[in-house]
Order: sequence, then C-alpha cells, then structure tokens
Amino acid sequence: MIAFIVRRLVTSFFVLLAATMVIFGLTSIAGDPLADLRELPGADGERRMADRIERMHLDDPVWLRYLNWLTGLFRGYLGVNRDGQDVGVMLGDALSATLQLVLAATVLAVVIGVCVGIISALRQYSSFDYGVTLAAFVCFSLPLFWVAVMLKQYIAISFNDWLRDPAIPPTVIVVLALIAGLIWAAIAIGDRKVKLIAFGAGAAITAVILTLLSVTGWFADPGIGLIGLAILAGGTAVGLSMLISGLQYRGPLYAALAAAGLGVLLSEILTPVLADPSWAEIFGLALATVIICIALGYGLGGLLRQQAITGAVLTGLITGGLIFVDRLLQSFASYSDMVRGRPISTIGAGTPNFKGDFWQTNLDSAGHLLLPSMALVLISLATYTRYSRSSMLEVMNLDYVRTARAKGLPERTVITKHAFRNGMIPITTLMAVDFASVIGGAVVTENVFGWQGMGTLFTTGLQQVDPAPVMAFFIVSGTAIVVFNMLADIVYAYLDPRIRLS
Amino acid sequence: MTISASASGAAQGMTVVARTQGQMVRRRFFRHRAALIGMFAFGFVILLAFSSIGFGPIPGWWDKTYLTTGSLVNQGRPTLSVVPEFLGGEGIHLGEHPFGQDNIGIDYFALTMRGAQQSIIVAFIVAIVATSVGTLAGAFAGYFRKKTESFIMRLTDVMITIPILIIAAIVGRTFGDSGIVILAICIGLVTWPMLGRLVRGEFLSLREKEFVEAARAVGTSASRIIFRHVLPNTVGVIIVSATLAVANAVLLESALSFLGVGVQPPDVSLGQLIDTYRSAMTTRPWLFWWPGVFIIAIALSINFIGDGLRDAFDPRQTRVRA
Repeated sequence: MIAFIVRRLVTSFFVLLAATMVIFGLTSIAGDPLADLRELPGADGERRMADRIERMHLDDPVWLRYLNWLTGLFRGYLGVNRDGQDVGVMLGDALSATLQLVLAATVLAVVIGVCVGIISALRQYSSFDYGVTLAAFVCFSLPLFWVAVMLKQYIAISFNDWLRDPAIPPTVIVVLALIAGLIWAAIAIGDRKVKLIAFGAGAAITAVILTLLSVTGWFADPGIGLIGLAILAGGTAVGLSMLISGLQYRGPLYAALAAAGLGVLLSEILTPVLADPSWAEIFGLALATVIICIALGYGLGGLLRQQAITGAVLTGLITGGLIFVDRLLQSFASYSDMVRGRPISTIGAGTPNFKGDFWQTNLDSAGHLLLPSMALVLISLATYTRYSRSSMLEVMNLDYVRTARAKGLPERTVITKHAFRNGMIPITTLMAVDFASVIGGAVVTENVFGWQGMGTLFTTGLQQVDPAPVMAFFIVSGTAIVVFNMLADIVYAYLDPRIRLS
Repeated sequence: MTISASASGAAQGMTVVARTQGQMVRRRFFRHRAALIGMFAFGFVILLAFSSIGFGPIPGWWDKTYLTTGSLVNQGRPTLSVVPEFLGGEGIHLGEHPFGQDNIGIDYFALTMRGAQQSIIVAFIVAIVATSVGTLAGAFAGYFRKKTESFIMRLTDVMITIPILIIAAIVGRTFGDSGIVILAICIGLVTWPMLGRLVRGEFLSLREKEFVEAARAVGTSASRIIFRHVLPNTVGVIIVSATLAVANAVLLESALSFLGVGVQPPDVSLGQLIDTYRSAMTTRPWLFWWPGVFIIAIALSINFIGDGLRDAFDPRQTRVRA
C-alpha cells in the first residue's frame, strides 16, 4: 500500500511539472503582452513598455522565464503580475472565494445526485425513473453560462421583487401541489389505489403548507421555530434508524430519538451562546454533539451498539444543522433590511463593507453563494444521478445481492448493507473526475456573477498574456485535481480489496 | 439476408431469424424511441440551419442575410407566432423577423442560423479529430504496451490534469483569429485523452484473445491486426464516445466563445451570440433566448442519439431487446 502511494506521488509530481511547462509555454506565446501599451503615444509609452519588459523578463527566451518562475515556485514565491502586484497575495483572496463555491457545489451535487440516483435505480422503469432520466439529459445539455444568466434574471431579480410582498398566488399553489403529488405518486410502489393515495396526500400536504407559509408571510420573516424543529429532528431520528438498523430494534431508535430530543432542548437552553457565536464555538458545539451522541448510542444501543452510535451521531449532527439553519433564517428579516430588501445578490462573493453579527455575515455569504452554486450543482447533479443509478443497477443484479435476498434478509438490509456500499465505490472515482469539470465550470460561473475568484485571475491573466496569475490558478487547480485523483485511487483500493491485493 | 430457421424451431411454430451483428444493433437502435426523436430533431436543426440562409456559395430560402442591417420593426420584437387564432393568439405565422432583430436591425433568425451552422461545424470537426487521435493513441498504447503505452498514458495524465477549459481557452486565444476550422482542429487535439483511455482498455482485453493470437501465429503484421482484427471489435465504444463528443464539443465551443476566447467576431457562433447580447437580457430577452434554445436542442438530441447507440451496442442494462 505504501509503495503504491509513493509511486503515485512521484508520477503525480512529474505529471504536474510537465503540465506547468505546457501551460507556461502556451500562455507566453498566446499573444502580445505589450498590446495595450503600444497604443500609448510618445515617451511615456516607451518608458512603461521598457518597465514591463524589465519586470516580465520579456527579453529572455520563454524557457528561461519558465525556469525563473519554477525556481521561484520552489522557494514559495509565485511571482508578480504584469503590473507588479504580488500574485501570492492575489491568490490568497481569490482562493477562499472559489473554494467556498466549489465545495458548496460539490457537496450538494454528491448528496442530492446520489440520493436521486439510488431511488431511481430502485424504482427502475417507473415514471419517476423516466422523469429523472429525462431531467438528467436536459441538465447534461444545458450550457452553464446560459443557466447562470437565466438564474440571475429570473431567480435573483424576480425573487427579490417578490419578497416585498411574499404572497404565493393560488394558481401557483395548485400547480406546485400537483407537481409534488405527481412526484410522490411516481415514487410510491403498489397498484393504482396506492398511487392515487400517494398523489392525493402529497398534493394536499404541499398545498396546505404553501398556503400556511403564504398567509403568515413566512418568507418575509422565516424561521423553523421550536415545534418545526422538534418535528424535523424527530423525523430525522426515525428515518435514520429505519435506514440504519430497522425500526424493530428499539435500542438504536431510542438513542437517535434521545439525540434529537436533547438537541431541541439544548437549542433553547443555549440561546445566550447562540445569539452571536464565533466559528470556534460552533465547531466546539459540533464536537460536543458528537461526543454526547456516541455516549447515548453506547448507553442505549444494547446489542446493536455500533448502529446505534452511527444513528445517534448522524441525528445529532443533522439536528445541529437544523438549529444552525433556524438561527440563520431568524436573522433573515434584519439582514434583508440591511441590504435594502435585496437578499439574493447577483454580484461578488459578499456585500462590500458589510458589518453584521455572526448570523447576518453568514447569511450574506449564503445569499451570494446561492445562485452560482445552484448553477454549478445543476450541471454535476446530472452526472452523479446517472452514474449512481447505473452503478446501483449493476450491483443489484450481482450474485451476492441475490444470495442476500435468498437467505431471507429484509430488503432494507440488502439495499443499505450489501448493494449501497458496493455500488458507491465507482462514485469515488467519479468525484475526482467531476472535480476538474467543476473547477472549469467555476471559471464560467465567476465570470457571470462577477466573483473576484480564481477564474477571474485566470481569464484576466490569459487576456493580458501574463503567465504568473495563470500559473497560480493552475498550481492550485492542477494540484487539487492530482490530489483528488490520488485520493480516489487510494480510497478505491481501500474499499475494493480486489485492487489492493492484485 | 435472412436465413430462416432451423427445423426444430419451425416444428414448434416459431420462426427464428438469424441476424448479423450490424442488423441487431440497427434494430435495437430503431426501437429506442428517444434516440429516434433525437435523430429527427437533430436532422431538422441541421437542415434548417444549412438550407435557410444557405452555405458558402449556395443560396438559401430565407431572404435576409446575417450581415445586412435593416430598420427596426416594432423595436425588433420577434414576429413568430405559434398560438392559433381560435385559442386567442395571432395565428400561426413566421412574419417578417420570426426571431426578432438585434439593436442594429440585423435579422436575428439569419444570425442564429449562421451561429448554429458554425457551432455544428466546429462540433463535428472537434469530434472527428478527437476520435481519430484518441482511437489511434489508445490502439497503439493498448496493443504495443511497454514504452509506447507508458509514454501515451503519461501524456493523457498530463492532459487530463489540465482542466479542458484552460487548455482550450489558451488554444482558442492563440488560434481563435485564424478561423473556426483551425480552432476546431486545435480543440480536437486536446480533447482526445478520455477516448484514448477507453480504447486502450478495450485493446488490453482484446489483445489477449485467441483470434489475435491466431492472427499473430500466421504472421499477420501488427498494423493489420490492429486495424482489421481488433479495431472492428471496439467500434461500439468508439461510436458512442464520438457521438457524445459532438454534444460536449457544442457545449465547450459555446462556453469558450462566451468567455471571449472561442470564435471571434465578425464570425458568429451560438455561444458568442449569447455573450454579445447578454446585457440585453432585461430589455430584449429574445436575443438571449434563441441561441440558448438551439444549443440545448442540438446537445440534447445528440445526447439522446448517443444513449440509443449505447443501448444498441451494449444492451445489458436496458429492456430493449432485439
């Protein structure tokens, strides 16, 4: 295993080195780096041209400039751009903006995509499956920039206008309720009667919730509230125990419910701490949650101690997440006032000179992240859905799944324990490949939404025939891709013993 | 050529028809409804784009060109109407400018058609170049192994590390001014590694098969084994990837043109149209809508064709049976 990792590291290093050479060479010959200065008349132009030639070493041949840059890199120095700004400093600012975007998009796409893919595999050839397949194909075929501009126009601007008077028109409620009903009917298994009941119940519940939200003006001053929190946390506990251990075993169920109950209770007790916390405090609380939940699972789990611990920790963390979202939503009204009633923003990674408490600042970044990550998610979502669906289908037809069914295991165990775990192995490789396309997508998205991120660094560098910023972008993105590919290989070898042992 | 059936089949009242591999693939493909719809849609788009404004010296049936400016009619709104009169619409007609006009009065239908032509040409060239290079590289790597293989595989490693958008952007920036054909060839030359890896994988398993050994034993030359014996067996994988490469190339070209590094003005492409008119989104949304709709139509129909082909060549995961 160690020899494998070392070999991978060495090849990856040389692969990266070769790639930097290619990009540096191509960027340097991609145009005239002095183009903008040639227009300037007289001595001033000549002086600035001489300055830039001096700064970018344009009198040296390209390979010498590359070696210069490379030696600088090994000493941790990324060089200066054509105006003499330190690229390292520029990169630092750009990196955090882009990382937020890429991470948010990847995590969302993986979670939603894998869930939808699995459901659609388990309901193969149902109308839900066909619907998901069609939607995935449409997503595959969407040009990212077009979607981004659309989102900007219709979601951001129109949604902000709508928030002034957040009432949902009755026709919209009816349409949304019908759509929700159709989705439920498509997922439900059974004869026509079951499907009709699922359709009716789904549509009715959606209609009632939407009407309530509309009448109470929830969207102007949202929040989950104590009762909503209790229902959601309890539902999470029951749902997770159903998936992890099955409801017939009481121990894990009680542990998960206790975790949920404790979480809801603590959200009230800890109000003074949660009024304006720092990230350190939030992480501390998360850590405490994990420890308490492990203890709960250990104490209440009985024979199924391991499942109980998993269930309790997951429930605890999700409850914590719900409390976090609740607090964010509660400060929505005050935040909305602070940005003059336009909470969903379309430009940049944060409101300039914004000052607010912890929740308002985070809401500000969330409002800025929402649209760009939505655009990015739409694109990778399709990939994850399709791949997890086909991988799951392949696994469900294998012999060991048939064996598991034949020896009388309940369908839940067959799916979660035998099929799901093996079906997700190929997804690790997919994540590494997809990461490269998400970074490419981030370049486009940043362009549309005016983020001063890595993509901007790269595109302006390219337009100005200025290798230093382009290389800085590549050092980060290329290293990330290589590292992700390597991690995927290692995880793959870890998950699939056939590869490790051969 | 249908050979009808063996005696026992006929005795039971069943007719068993023997079909060649190609016939089975064709049958499975034509039974795939989405793929058929995709094929007709794509054919329609190509026909519309190339026949309407003509191509090169050949004139088309549409009376306006993408270069002539005119006076703005009704602020350049589209005159296309598809709502029949009995439903309270204006009736079905094309009108003077079905897709509207841009701000200097150029007929937007002609402009969009020109953009579609260019995008389709670029996409096909990219796919053809990438597929041929990828197939050759994958075939050599998979068949010869050893140094050839490690060299080609390290090359693909390097190229996959660089996100495609970056390398294509640099290529577009360098060669974008010299016309779309050169741009397309260059993009094709950097997008082959994925296909190359796929073909190599196929070759690795096929080269160990008995028929290859037999061919080698009678002294067949390496090139003949590669092109006559092994390559025809990988044709399914190659055709499916080539189809999907066309769809990806349409999207890649439009993304590049949108970033300003693809097709350069005065030439137009669908992505470049969207980039040019993106600030017009609020005042003249149709300038933004039409090119986007065409990009989606082209990419979606090709993706459906590719899906149908995949099912036809590899029917393990589908219900469609020949």
